[in-house]
Amino acid sequence: MSSVIAWSEVEVGTELPSLNVPVQRATLVRYAGASGDFNPIHWNQDFAVEVGLPDVIAHGMFTMASATRLVTNWVGDPGALVDCGVRFTRPVVVPNDGVGALIEISGVVGAKNEDGSVRVDITAKCEGVTVLAKATALVRLA
Amino acid sequence: MAINLELVGKSYPPAPAYEVGREKIREFATAIGDDNPAYHDSAAAQALGHRDVIAPATFAVIVSFLAASAVVNDPDLGLDYSRVVHGEQRFSYSRPITAGDRLVATATIENLRIAAGNDMVTTRTDITTIDGEHVVTATAVIVSRAAGDDA
Repeated sequence: MSSVIAWSEVEVGTELPSLNVPVQRATLVRYAGASGDFNPIHWNQDFAVEVGLPDVIAHGMFTMASATRLVTNWVGDPGALVDCGVRFTRPVVVPNDGVGALIEISGVVGAKNEDGSVRVDITAKCEGVTVLAKATALVRLA
Repeated sequence: MAINLELVGKSYPPAPAYEVGREKIREFATAIGDDNPAYHDSAAAQALGHRDVIAPATFAVIVSFLAASAVVNDPDLGLDYSRVVHGEQRFSYSRPITAGDRLVATATIENLRIAAGNDMVTTRTDITTIDGEHVVTATAVIVSRAAGDDA
């Protein structure tokens, strides 16, 4: 597998280009259809409120996909990604106001391993609040 | 409603084989807003050394979801799905999912616990080709929130 970024060029502390991901209700409907996750908390406001949520919330997996995209954009070949994990700490609330929500994603190289892999530590925020914890991706670089 | 903590270690029969289609990969990549050519263009993916277009890492959730549904809907477990949110997710890859793969997913309950009234279920889904080659392992924590919890 090839990658655009070479292991030798990467330093711990290197910041990845950040990524802003707008999310509207239509984004979630499209994601529900593509992923097969039709849990109504992601598209039915009445249902979401009934089960104690403030409003419709984004699929956690959509946020994780965006966090992973930050890393694969940087690497070039997404096949270089060997491991990724997140903890979903706060919901991304998506109001039906024509604006929706904005997920702001950034990342920094947290470790360089002798096997040619690099760990990226990812931060995802919505309205200034962290929505993922322990978000990391491991990529194997050329 | 409490979950049955005795089911730790239970494995479920594999879901029917999932055939990974090029258009499904493109549809999923578009839905997550990702225009990486390796997901959309076979020639671009091949130039990177892949057999065909590869899938975004989180595509594995489609395959693991089918298998993990058996856990979530297991009447012996007693999970209240209406109050379920996703707590954690991890994917550990041996190689990327590639168009044309025929994948078999087998789910196992890795851990069960109750914390502050929330039911927490850890599932591990091993995804292999129909020939038994390991592709990815998906580990998820799903949380059924206690009634009255605001999020």
